[in-house]
Amino acid sequence: MIPKLMQSLVLPVANAKASRRQFMLGALAAGGGVAVGYHILASSTAAASETAADGNKAVAFTPYLTIDNTGKVMVLSSQFEMGQGSYNGLATLVAEELDADWSSIDVQGVAGNVKAYGNVAFGGAIQGTGGSTSMVTSWERYRKAGAAARAMLVAAAASEWGVQPAEITVENGVLAHPSGKTAGFGAFAAKAAAMPLPVDVKLKQPADWKLIGNAKLKRFDSTRKTNGTEQYTIDVNLPGMLTAVMIHPPMFGAKVKSFDAAAARSVKGVVDVVETPRGIAVVGEHMWAAIKGREAVKVVWDDTDAEKRSTPELMAMYKDLAGKAPVAIARKDGDVDAGFAAAAKVIEATFEFPYLAHSAMEPLNAVARRNEDGTLEIWGGHQFPDVYQMLAGQIVGITPDKVQLHVMKTGGSFGRRAVFDGDVVVESVYVAKAIGFRAPVKVQWTREDDMRAGRYRPSYVHTLKAGIDGDGKLVAWSDHIVGQSIMAKTAFDGMIQNGVDPTSVEGANNLPYAIPNQTVGLTSTDVGVPVLWWRSVGSTHTAFAAETFIDEIAEAAGRDPIEYRLSMLDPQSRHAVVLKLAAEKAEWTKPLPKGRFRGVSVAESFGSVVAQIAEVSTDDSGGIKVERVVAAVDCGLAVNPDQVRAQVEGGIGFGLGAILGEEITLTSGKVDQGNFDVYTPLRIDAMPVVEVHILASANPPSGIGEPGVPPIGPAVANAVYKALGKRIRTMPLAKSFNA
Amino acid sequence: MMKLNVNGRDHEIEVEPEMPLLWVLRDELSILGPKFGCGIAQCGACTVFLDGEPVRSCSVTVGEISGAVTTIEGLMPDGRMHPVQQAWLDEQVAQCGYCQAGQIMTAVALLEAIPNPTDEDIDNAMSGNLCRCGTYPRIRAAIRRAASANAGA
Repeated sequence: MIPKLMQSLVLPVANAKASRRQFMLGALAAGGGVAVGYHILASSTAAASETAADGNKAVAFTPYLTIDNTGKVMVLSSQFEMGQGSYNGLATLVAEELDADWSSIDVQGVAGNVKAYGNVAFGGAIQGTGGSTSMVTSWERYRKAGAAARAMLVAAAASEWGVQPAEITVENGVLAHPSGKTAGFGAFAAKAAAMPLPVDVKLKQPADWKLIGNAKLKRFDSTRKTNGTEQYTIDVNLPGMLTAVMIHPPMFGAKVKSFDAAAARSVKGVVDVVETPRGIAVVGEHMWAAIKGREAVKVVWDDTDAEKRSTPELMAMYKDLAGKAPVAIARKDGDVDAGFAAAAKVIEATFEFPYLAHSAMEPLNAVARRNEDGTLEIWGGHQFPDVYQMLAGQIVGITPDKVQLHVMKTGGSFGRRAVFDGDVVVESVYVAKAIGFRAPVKVQWTREDDMRAGRYRPSYVHTLKAGIDGDGKLVAWSDHIVGQSIMAKTAFDGMIQNGVDPTSVEGANNLPYAIPNQTVGLTSTDVGVPVLWWRSVGSTHTAFAAETFIDEIAEAAGRDPIEYRLSMLDPQSRHAVVLKLAAEKAEWTKPLPKGRFRGVSVAESFGSVVAQIAEVSTDDSGGIKVERVVAAVDCGLAVNPDQVRAQVEGGIGFGLGAILGEEITLTSGKVDQGNFDVYTPLRIDAMPVVEVHILASANPPSGIGEPGVPPIGPAVANAVYKALGKRIRTMPLAKSFNA
Repeated sequence: MMKLNVNGRDHEIEVEPEMPLLWVLRDELSILGPKFGCGIAQCGACTVFLDGEPVRSCSVTVGEISGAVTTIEGLMPDGRMHPVQQAWLDEQVAQCGYCQAGQIMTAVALLEAIPNPTDEDIDNAMSGNLCRCGTYPRIRAAIRRAASANAGA
């Protein structure tokens, strides 16, 4: 890594023009921090020529957009689109500063230029989509790119028309001069792209925004997602392409000992059966042939090193560990032992969380093709592109720059396609290699493959303990978290400091409440089940444990749950403000009709704070239904308010499904669930009515893809307690009643 | 050789009769709107019409059908958005969009059967279609919008 970076820093600067470009691109690429080379423009031009699939000539303006001769603006997105609306957000930033016609905007994912596309929120050295950072990393970068392109178009028009640039106006994709001259972007695109990049650009004042913050703006990609024409990875169909399905080890860590593919090879349409380091691949002319062929393969597995434990055994071990002293300390304030000793009342609770599958609607897939010139192309949901380039290149024996990634849109992801080992991406390369690169190969997982191949939200146990004084004031708090580290033994290992994986404790070690004595401890477990970030990551469990326990403490103190939380918060804090907003909008103090009950929670994640008030109803048989959720959101400035609403609505559905019914369990190391008949995400009949209230904010945008998820579980659990008098501590929720 | 009518066009196909309709549409005819989500009729992403009735194309074999198939591509024969699709746009339903072709097909069938559905009708009809992005509130709103457009027409 370091030699490569050095090389880019010492690239020769050819002339003054290049020098100016270098400055500007540096500012664009790294937020002004690191100087980057002139090569960025060259590489982006190469990308641009490929975007012109429609036959129009597109030219690059910085690595972030191209404009073609018809005036079509193609935003080149560093951020991967899985439904969360990042493409739309980046398009909004560019179109705003460019004064483009919104209907002329399109977006294409790009990869392979970390200097330009590195995620600022991850330190800039890696391109990636995750942690709800797309707006954070793009906010300055893509607005500046739009403004720079606008200035270049204006300069080109001024030169052509022989007028002063300052006299030219740009509106809705049209350049105009008071003399009556007008032109679309296409007329000047080529000339403008050759203009020097401005040394500095002035961004619009918020009062001048037309698209940013516009709640009526429709997503640029709505039509293609409504008429069936959006192209996902599953839709990639290259000439001569074969389709492969995998036979993964039935237990994590098992390996192929031997296999018999004779019967499979005689299945019509089966082309080959090959072994890869990730299992057996059955390669067919089409998906159905591969599936039929797979049924006929006999594999003998070596399970010597496999994880063979069952869920009850693992949970018993976790609970045992949770009762002991934590191995690592993530937070320590005051003297918690003294706090408990002095407390008038001490409450304890243990929470259990299962493994969860991401279960995006599009089962994982990727397409690999080796070209005659030795280069490799991979189509897929490239959430960590540099990593995939490197891993794929290693398999084939080529350098990462010879691996071209086509960033496809995918049917969801929720974190699943941000993997350290490249799983399905490298699988496609392994299979292509195993058949001698004689054809492009799509590896398509079935639902069962997707559900059983691991990378789950880790299972956790929390033990919480709280002490209140005679006035009900919370004086001591401890939370011991037991579960697998997501980052351990991965490229992110370096993020683990003093034995604490930040993704295990986020949401627990940053409680907003004023508690004088508190400790958050962590015991990371060694289990052979592959784990991963799952939409909202640590806060999926930490917020649940903390926010239901706070409710329990409020009750013990004889206080209203919102009033009690507010008593421990600075009234000006973001948490207090969203809590009060949610309380007001949900009419918290107004009595509910008979059979209706409310619960509240508030959680910060990915720089945003969300409070939710859930309203549940009960029926005569003791069944409960979540009827309504009122959410109050502080995500900084809402670039696309309607998409912020959509993400919070969807986050509530995603989180609610998990607590109501999702659970991955193991029996002797084998995953019990395989499909949606037994792994049951939320369906429409269980979806509450959702109201989202967005706090007006002038702060830069913070995350929104994930922060809607953490508060729903505890808000519902707190409402269910009010309804049924049972504290919910074992997920999914029904288990708390069986326990 | 089998004959299959899809979106008003006759196709001759040479496949095993037990091949699911979904894979015939996708891999043989390159009709890509219907999506693969589960393979066992649990998610609805592959929903198409068979003689006007919604079916899960992953769980219908091509050998057992004789009727005409309509996919999302056949919903707008004149190139104009179907009123249900227009309602989907107006309500900004889609996030990742992967399940939406199936959702829309199911919704079109619902509104043909019940032009003015209650909330319960909507939930009942749509509960076979999963959406992991959680677009459900907007699906409900879009169906209500399309229904009231029906009523107004």
